[in-house]
Amino acid sequence: MAGGGNGEVKLLGMWASPFVLRVRLALSLKGVSYEYVEEDLKSKSELLLKSNPVHTKVPVLIHNGKPVCESSVILQYIDEAFAGIGPSLLPADPHDRAVARFWAAYIDDKLLKASSQASSGKTEEEKAEGAKQAAAAVETLEGALKECSKGKPFFGGDSAGYVDLMLGGLLPWVHVGDAVKGVKTFDPATTPLLAAWADSFGALDAVEPVMPEVGKLVEFAMAMMSHAAAAAAATN
Amino acid sequence: MAREGGLRLLGLTVSPFVVRVRMALQLKGIGYEYIEQDLFTKGELLLVSNRVHKKVPVLIHDGKPVCESLAIVHYVDEVWAATGPSILPADPYERADARFWAAYADSKLLPAWVGIMWAATEEEKAEKVGDTLTAIGHLEEAFGKCSKGKPFFAGDSVGYLDLVLGSQLLWFEALRKMFGVVVIEEGKAPLLSAWVKRFGQTDTAKEVVPDVDIAVQYLKKLQSHRPGSTVAQLLS
Repeated sequence: MAGGGNGEVKLLGMWASPFVLRVRLALSLKGVSYEYVEEDLKSKSELLLKSNPVHTKVPVLIHNGKPVCESSVILQYIDEAFAGIGPSLLPADPHDRAVARFWAAYIDDKLLKASSQASSGKTEEEKAEGAKQAAAAVETLEGALKECSKGKPFFGGDSAGYVDLMLGGLLPWVHVGDAVKGVKTFDPATTPLLAAWADSFGALDAVEPVMPEVGKLVEFAMAMMSHAAAAAAATN
Repeated sequence: MAREGGLRLLGLTVSPFVVRVRMALQLKGIGYEYIEQDLFTKGELLLVSNRVHKKVPVLIHDGKPVCESLAIVHYVDEVWAATGPSILPADPYERADARFWAAYADSKLLPAWVGIMWAATEEEKAEKVGDTLTAIGHLEEAFGKCSKGKPFFAGDSVGYLDLVLGSQLLWFEALRKMFGVVVIEEGKAPLLSAWVKRFGQTDTAKEVVPDVDIAVQYLKKLQSHRPGSTVAQLLS
């Protein structure tokens, strides 16, 4: 399904990937139609290998035959290449843009990295440290939301923008973690703004139909964990 | 160089993250007050201006801080869009390409060569050298594609990716002097090797990049004060 006046837009993705989700959410928010191609990451397509030779990862956005890689780079590209269509993803004011870029980087460099260590750390100690740092990052993001939203529902203000998408793509996996561990990452008691944000973001017309089912993600996560456990047991 | 009222940069002379910001300001012909920071004993202004990371660089414009080197470079390009050359290209696809490779240079190349300096064993050092050379290999290819036969990544004159990679060059010199490691070898990376020479001849490089001995001295100071520091502690 080509984008008509937008040229040919294709997205190589994987249904469970939060990075791919960020891009799908951005395209949905902008109202840009595209052809979605589900990749089997155990048997990557020629197109994927050719389009992202450096990392061989999804997401890859292919616009009129030209590939764009890395979710944060793709989001900025979507904002700029489809500038006349739908809402802007980044704010207009240069200082606000710099703040948005700062928090987008924080989400990847701090929150994601810590969460990753919390689940895949090599020792129980490493995992505990990761969990602690992830919790601290969530608290920091509560402050960020207060600063950026200025009383409105989203990091982008009245409407969702770049930072909302960068964090929003992670939401289904946050819900998975919560379901599996019996916790609330965006606890209304300690992070009320983020708790409200998660609900508001999830309920957006452009967001709700795009999000993967948490139940399916939980199954996927369980399968991954037992796979990893089996692999670890096999090497002992 | 007209002195812009209310523009201050908190930095560390030898930090690649700071150097690229200074290069951006130099390219635009913007004057500013430079304030060297002691990262061993961080001052009040730095702690207040970058509460989240307490790191350099921080650009303070009319009292408002901007943090994260790449966000700062974008900010400078946008605020002073009408002054001097553009740092990022105009075309959205080329912008995406520049951002992709800048992210690569910072997330793959930089940690690899920092790892060489901090390696505890010969084995670890060899591994990091390998990682560094792999990254350089990819950047060599990138240069071919981005420059399209012109002298710089950005074309006829320096731009975003030239600054991001160019800001790391003084440490390649330091690695050669202190560890005998040649990061960009003419035989293996001829395009980059030629680019290094050209870049070194630009006003941007000549005015901003400190002498390699200053980097060497700083590394020696770090080695004696903080064994086992991370990238973050080393250069920001």
